[in-house]
Amino acid sequence: MRYYILIITCCLFSITYGQNCNYKLSGNIHDFHDGSAITGATIYIKTLDRYTTSNIEGNYTIEDLCKGLLTFEVSHLGCETKIIKVQINGDTQYEINMEHHIEELNEIKIDASGNPKLTKTSQESQLKTKTLERFSAFSLGDALKHISGVSSINTGNTIVKPVINGLHSSRVVVMTNGVRLQDQEWGIEHAPNIDLNAAGSINVIKGANSLAYGGDAIGGVIVLKPQKISLKDSLYGKTIVSGQTNGRGYSIASTLTKSWQKGWYFTGQASAKRFGDFEAPDYSLTNTGLDSKGFSVNTGFKTFEKGFNVYYSYLNNQIGILRGSHIGNVEDLNNAINLQNLVGIINKEPLGTEDFSYEINAPRQDVTHQIIKADFYKRFKKFGRLEVLYDFQNNQRFEYDVRVGDDRNKPAIDLTLKTHTLKSSLKIDTNTNAVYRFGLALGFQNNFANPETGVRRLIPDYDKYDAGVFAISNFKLNDNTNLDFGLRYDFNKIDAKKFYRTSRWIERGYDVDFANIVIDDLGTQLLVNPVLNYHNVSASAGMSHKFNDKNTIIFNYGLSNRAPNSSELFSDGLHHSAARIELGDLRIKQETSHRISGSYQFKNKSLSLNLESFLNHINDYIFIKPTGTEQTIRGAFPVWDYIQTDALLYGLDVTANYNFSRKWFLNNKSSFIKGRDLIKKEALIDIPSFKTVNVLGYLNKKWLNFNAELQSELILMQNDYPNNNFEVYIPTTEEFILLDISTPPPTYHLMHFESDITIKLSEKTDLNVGINVTNIFNTSYREYLNRLRYFADDLGRNFMLQLKLNY
Amino acid sequence: MKTLKNLSILFMSALVFTACSNDDDNPEPVNEEEVITTLTATLIPVTGGTTVTLQTRDLDGDGPNDPVVSVSGALASNTTYNGTLELLNETESPAEPINAEIEAEDDEHQFFYQITNSLATFEYTDFDGDSNPIGLEFTVTTSANLGTGTLTITLRHEPSKSDTGVSDGDITNAGGETDIQAVFSISVE
Repeated sequence: MRYYILIITCCLFSITYGQNCNYKLSGNIHDFHDGSAITGATIYIKTLDRYTTSNIEGNYTIEDLCKGLLTFEVSHLGCETKIIKVQINGDTQYEINMEHHIEELNEIKIDASGNPKLTKTSQESQLKTKTLERFSAFSLGDALKHISGVSSINTGNTIVKPVINGLHSSRVVVMTNGVRLQDQEWGIEHAPNIDLNAAGSINVIKGANSLAYGGDAIGGVIVLKPQKISLKDSLYGKTIVSGQTNGRGYSIASTLTKSWQKGWYFTGQASAKRFGDFEAPDYSLTNTGLDSKGFSVNTGFKTFEKGFNVYYSYLNNQIGILRGSHIGNVEDLNNAINLQNLVGIINKEPLGTEDFSYEINAPRQDVTHQIIKADFYKRFKKFGRLEVLYDFQNNQRFEYDVRVGDDRNKPAIDLTLKTHTLKSSLKIDTNTNAVYRFGLALGFQNNFANPETGVRRLIPDYDKYDAGVFAISNFKLNDNTNLDFGLRYDFNKIDAKKFYRTSRWIERGYDVDFANIVIDDLGTQLLVNPVLNYHNVSASAGMSHKFNDKNTIIFNYGLSNRAPNSSELFSDGLHHSAARIELGDLRIKQETSHRISGSYQFKNKSLSLNLESFLNHINDYIFIKPTGTEQTIRGAFPVWDYIQTDALLYGLDVTANYNFSRKWFLNNKSSFIKGRDLIKKEALIDIPSFKTVNVLGYLNKKWLNFNAELQSELILMQNDYPNNNFEVYIPTTEEFILLDISTPPPTYHLMHFESDITIKLSEKTDLNVGINVTNIFNTSYREYLNRLRYFADDLGRNFMLQLKLNY
Repeated sequence: MKTLKNLSILFMSALVFTACSNDDDNPEPVNEEEVITTLTATLIPVTGGTTVTLQTRDLDGDGPNDPVVSVSGALASNTTYNGTLELLNETESPAEPINAEIEAEDDEHQFFYQITNSLATFEYTDFDGDSNPIGLEFTVTTSANLGTGTLTITLRHEPSKSDTGVSDGDITNAGGETDIQAVFSISVE
């Protein structure tokens, strides 16, 4: 061995000594994915200022090279330019892999309008960084309302849940940085625990066509991605500060990223928001403040071939809930509803209204969500990309009620939800015209309800096991036609331990149907151990076809099954803000959705139009409705039961943009939706009413990038609603009254204005100054999908000033 | 591949760990601390006679069973009764008295008494630190009218005791939230 080394060294030495400059570097340039030859790639040696190109077989030769390190650049249309270093010690063979259709690159170049999509045949929209930054002080739900067909269901103005085509909560999957958010999303008053400032872009996919994210997203999927990191040696960041009059609050968010050309990157992000009591036009909304703090770190390494990412995020929200919405019984509810009908009487403010304060008292929520994620990917030559992801989420929810005595500062709800997920997916993309993706997901979830609260558990202790497999494929028939198919199977198992009042157990008929699951009898209470298994099959098929540069159509079909969530199964108790007893049902089975949709897109120089229609038929649709009243020592309460029916939802979402000139534009977003209960032949409850938003905008790049928009938002009264009114005896007035909990609030129209300029402070530093006025005319209104609409008006006028510094 | 292996080990161990920590034992039952199951009003005639008790009792709290309401007998006309209320949480054993809790926060609580058909009048005899009424102690004076009607007892948490009529026992402007509302059928003979 030693001899060989010696000989080689001698040879090398003699060669060097000879200062020979006629070595040859040759090889083949081919595509990384399918190994096909790349013709016409340019090789440029900067130090020698010499060019060559690969021939039709992808071969290249560079002659007359001296010994030493040779650095050259390889470029080809549609590929990422590569810098290659080769040690020349003689005639050298060197194979070059080019990356032809890099996803990361595709996302930027796929079409000039910069609308990167995650799917090709779904109804998908995107909010870009610039739009998200405007909502820095607000919530995910507020930002998403700017997509046609997305609305929100609110509890006040700080608990905002997105509603996609009339569906929400467990029917909408939220993905953040590759992690499916598990934050007790079943409850209407549980807002997604997302800090908008941590997202670089948000894609919303309507319907259950993106099976990679889950098979149960009957409503749709919301995908949040962090800011794209470009691989160069740099350090950059941004800070957004805003202050507003309504709520007398501020918000600050800052991001800093360090990246290295070699592939390493690190991003740190933190944000804080603080608001006091918000104000309706005529009165203060006592105890509606918000205190939110969050930070995240995102680090890793990425190259085309391999990479990993480690992510941690922390978010704590303390949210006050309108004091006047905490009520004792139906009589209190009746009093609250009657307040709004006292037209002409100035003092119609909600009960418990006080002067402005930053204090957040009971009723309030204190929710902390933490995510730890690690993922890893590797690309295999002539094969595809393998990805493995693990995440752990810890969701701690405290809800404080108005309580007396020693319990005053004790939470009424104390739930800890822990979720582990392991996912793996393999994408086979050797043939760009037929891309396949296979995936596997395993999940374990544990919910713990702390008994120290002194209040019966709303959600019981449970363990949940999930396993899913999927296969999806994308076929590109030609430049204008794409086809997608997908199939997914999920197994869910819930193993719960729950205490039932013996009287409730009998009233529900469980003593007959579930007698065998009772594990302990405490006299007035029973401990039971329901173990529920669900098998869910989902499928999707989609097609997009581009007739020409102007006209495109998309069709798709999605089949999806969703297992009932813990609230639908186990709810059993009194809901204070609604003055109702809510009851789940152990017998509830999964719901099945068949969704057909069609889109038409038109685009020319000045007009762009996107029409999205859908029809969603849901068998065994799970929903809650009043079924009677029960008497307690507090008085009478209506009972709301989770039941199943067959439902049909259909609608049309319109997005249109018209540029009059380079400077002026008009924009319209409208959505129309109907929901029917097919068995009872009546309207479904909580379906968003017709909404249309018109924007007149002006842009002028010469005036410091001046931008101004005047917005008109019109929401019509929902005329199609089920009548759930009920008659109740009011002892204090000694009469029977009809309690109107069904009639939606009247039509309202709001005007908003926003404007911003960008000032260049230095070569790398931009300052953006924006002002924003919402509800310019201080209009009093109530929104049908706000659960506090019985108690108070929505927000009055707000002035906001926002400063954004990019550096 | 090694990363994959490590990840799966991490996952498995996390799974085992979480599973072990919770699976073995059953959850503890919750002691409901604030539930009021029983309200008893005892009316003792000042000048001697038959004591009348009115009781509402809902042992399953917010459960499906209705409260059991009982009235021991008829009230005598033209009689003044000294009344007291006793509140209990009978989901606990022994039953937990609640009166003290209300007395400790008497400025935040007030009982209201409403009697129909002018069968009787009512007066507070206990007051909080601001000289506003509470209503755990009171007097009921029946009139000369004979007949039947209802007596409604309402407990409001955080009422506005200073609003018009509230301290005189008029619930109209009281606001707050209802903690107890019981309706008794009474008769005056």
